[in-house]
Amino acid sequence: MQSIFSQGPSASARMIILVLASLALMTVDHRWHQLEVVRSALSTLLYPLQYTVDLPIRFYYWGEEVFSTRQTLLKKNREYETRYLENRVQLQKLDILQRENARLRQLLGATPETAERLLIAEIIKVDVDPNRQLIVLNKGSHNDIYVGQPVIDAQGVMGQVIHVGPLSSTAILITDISHAIPVQVDRNGLRAIAFGSGNINELELRNLPHNTDIRVGDTLVTSGLGNHFPANYPVATVTSVKRLPGELFARISAKPLALLDQGREVLLLWNNKADNPLAAGESPETGGQTKIGTPADKDKPKPATDKQPSKQKSEQ
Amino acid sequence: MALINRNFRTGLLTVIAAFMLAIMPLPDWAVKFRPDWVTLVMIYWAMTIPDRIGVISAWLAGLMLDVSYGTLLGQQAAGLVIVIYVIHMQHQRLRAASLIQQAIVIFFLLLIKQLLVLWVDGILGRAPDIWYYFMPTITSTLLWPWLYLILRDLHRKFGRIPAYS
Repeated sequence: MQSIFSQGPSASARMIILVLASLALMTVDHRWHQLEVVRSALSTLLYPLQYTVDLPIRFYYWGEEVFSTRQTLLKKNREYETRYLENRVQLQKLDILQRENARLRQLLGATPETAERLLIAEIIKVDVDPNRQLIVLNKGSHNDIYVGQPVIDAQGVMGQVIHVGPLSSTAILITDISHAIPVQVDRNGLRAIAFGSGNINELELRNLPHNTDIRVGDTLVTSGLGNHFPANYPVATVTSVKRLPGELFARISAKPLALLDQGREVLLLWNNKADNPLAAGESPETGGQTKIGTPADKDKPKPATDKQPSKQKSEQ
Repeated sequence: MALINRNFRTGLLTVIAAFMLAIMPLPDWAVKFRPDWVTLVMIYWAMTIPDRIGVISAWLAGLMLDVSYGTLLGQQAAGLVIVIYVIHMQHQRLRAASLIQQAIVIFFLLLIKQLLVLWVDGILGRAPDIWYYFMPTITSTLLWPWLYLILRDLHRKFGRIPAYS
């Protein structure tokens, strides 16, 4: 019993100190991002837990592989072979196009596009904050993953890495409420910024006036502005365009092409920042957008900086 | 000493189990009802072995929670420290209370914690405007009596409750 009396007064002091320490930590974490080291160290401690939680699912996939019949395997194999052949044919064409493109670029004196490096990572099936859209990947700084790295899947852009631990990393999806990605309509090159809506299958295009040339069914691809995402990766298709007379801007929503809540494997891209052809040749308004894609400077300041550029853009 | 260590080990194992429950993937409809496992387990231990589990362990657990949830470092930790502080100060009164009364107190404490987290999210401009934001508080409260009984049994079996006079 005596321990209670000896601890009574100091508990209050400790509580106050710890709350103040938490406030300091939050400020430092939010403003200066100096705590990645602490976070990555703690995430190493957490990794065994995440691994254990993921184990039954891993086991399930393993069982599915082991106990699948010869028939299904053969069928799958055949399917992949046909798809492989089809892809080969298309790749041949692409090869020629790429060479032609490089030649033309040389003639124009533009910087050539470099090949991008890819790495396949698996999603560790653990739940994070239910109000945000984050995924945990099984690759970390051990595999040269860096903060801000684009994450894609076979269909389109998924998001980008926000925290890196030694063995695992956390990525934010493009539909997260604090995420925004610079895009352009592939039909006419109209540029916009796609904001996450907090809803897993919806993106919002804000600040586009009513007379913008955008239609339902348009495909949005990354514009490469902001130097975070490489250009021309598909992002979403426009699902609805509402032009309400009472409102300043059109209400446009789009559906992400990537399978954000399905699948187990994702691709991590190494994007060479210096040689982004679009970012180099564009008007000065890129300056305002340069960091739009970073979750680093999310939230408040973003909409303010966007308004101007996007207005100008659409008036071209 | 051995007794304290045994208690502490049991506590640590249950907290680890709580962390696993907290990050376990659930179907979409169930995610919004997920109880705040870590906080509940920490409350139990702060109530029964206050000399071992106090605000500092709560803070450390909160930081781990921040890392696993991807929130700002300190966001959950601050809330958890305040909850555990109140439990710590009132543990004798709470122990004497019935399970229902405990659950009511815990409801308000969890509500304060959720509000603190929401407050910080709001400052960052990413507050979710969804009706089920406070659902975990309600499910946690409903779960408390059962969790208390389970943890008490575990505690009796693997740790040892010191004979209070």
